[in-house]
Amino acid sequence: MSAWTGLGGFVGDARLVAAKDLRIEWRARTTLGQVLPFALLVLVLFGFALDANRPTLRLATPGLLWMTVLFVTVVAVQRSAAVESADGARRVLLLSGMAPAAAFVGKAAAVAVQLLVVEVLLVPGVVLLYDAEVESVPLVAATCVAATVGLAAAGSLLGAVVAGVRAHQTVLPILLLPVSAPVLIAATRAFADGFGTVAVEGWSWVGLLAGFAAVNALVGAVVYGPLLEEA
Amino acid sequence: MTPVESSASPSEPQVASYLGGPARTGSRFTFWLGLVTLIGLATVAALGLLAVPADDVQGDTVRIIFVHVPSALGAYVAFGLTAVGSVMWLWRKSVWWDVTAHAAAEVGVLLCGLMLVTGMLWGRPTWGTYWEWGDVRLVTSLILFLVMVGYLSIRALGGDATSVATRAAVVGLIGAVNLPIVNRSVNWWANRTLHQQSSLTEGKLEDLTLFTLFLAFVVAAMAICWMMVHRFRIGWLERQIQARELHEAMAARRAEAGR
Repeated sequence: MSAWTGLGGFVGDARLVAAKDLRIEWRARTTLGQVLPFALLVLVLFGFALDANRPTLRLATPGLLWMTVLFVTVVAVQRSAAVESADGARRVLLLSGMAPAAAFVGKAAAVAVQLLVVEVLLVPGVVLLYDAEVESVPLVAATCVAATVGLAAAGSLLGAVVAGVRAHQTVLPILLLPVSAPVLIAATRAFADGFGTVAVEGWSWVGLLAGFAAVNALVGAVVYGPLLEEA
Repeated sequence: MTPVESSASPSEPQVASYLGGPARTGSRFTFWLGLVTLIGLATVAALGLLAVPADDVQGDTVRIIFVHVPSALGAYVAFGLTAVGSVMWLWRKSVWWDVTAHAAAEVGVLLCGLMLVTGMLWGRPTWGTYWEWGDVRLVTSLILFLVMVGYLSIRALGGDATSVATRAAVVGLIGAVNLPIVNRSVNWWANRTLHQQSSLTEGKLEDLTLFTLFLAFVVAAMAICWMMVHRFRIGWLERQIQARELHEAMAARRAEAGR
């Protein structure tokens, strides 16, 4: 019984933090006003970079889409960390008495929701711009969810690592992008199956993405407390 | 004499006493270790370049294993040490382990870079290309190299020692736990490996080649120890200086307040 109460409190705290971050995002309209146009811009520029060659673009679609998502993750995580840096908000989070793990889950969930919004618009974007065709909707959807949870977990954790240090805008990509390499590889392969460009076993890649998400979420939940105290 | 100076002088021997010796990075032991290592390096170079016969298949390029394989092994041991040090800092707040983790990361990045460069130099005549995307170990090592460069960049930003230690430890931990996933993903992705299978276990090497390789391992281990001891002592002295600066500043404020 008490375990359930504890779990309920944990989920409630996480939801509070996530709702707070999303409310701030919604009021600032950063995702809609800046991140989404940025993502579309990257898609268009990739088209120029590959000389608008339709067969090449169609073949490269999964990789280009997930590169775009990685760029967007860096921007979203930077925003998410900046919210806590201003006005000593991190101290308040620490003093609120909620479990640091709950705060971490809330922060990561808010980033994940923003990334999912971007992905939901990027997939039709590549269908329109790159002539891609979605063959398996469940596979594409599952890949988006698994990859996004992993990116949001690793991103939120590394966002907390660089929060408050000087030059954090440049350090975050150096830390986040190499760690995200498995997500790029796995999500690209799964999408290649989902888009029917390459015959691979997409679902086993989704399993790898889920593993990445689980490991990084677990590490984040454990070490977020010490990180909050340091910033 | 200003209050700062007066409080600095008595604490001078205190800094040295933390190390149980003078405030420098060398000692009689590291002097002899360094000398033996230098002689060892010269011996390996002489044996590897002159005495060891060329390989039947690979020709003269086989000689690069005397640098490539020991640096690969050394890099992975060093990064393992960084991971252990990171956990020990987060768990026990052990300064000793924190300084060790930093020292190991620097030595590891150096060795990993050496491994990548020698691997590429070997790959060009053997595979016909400097970089082979299909090689799992090469690609995994490069990603690990980049993660550890990120670790060092966090360290290089400076600031409060405790804060930097915690931030760096988390990066070290993330790098370590993701390594198996990176390896697995690259493995599935490449779906094949061009990497030379271990020549040691297949018993393909000549006696002298084998002897030189083992000598190279021993010399590399000594070189790593030498670098680690010096780098550790630099890190340890840095911590003492920071602690002393704080102590001096506090003494100066107290003197100003007349207490």
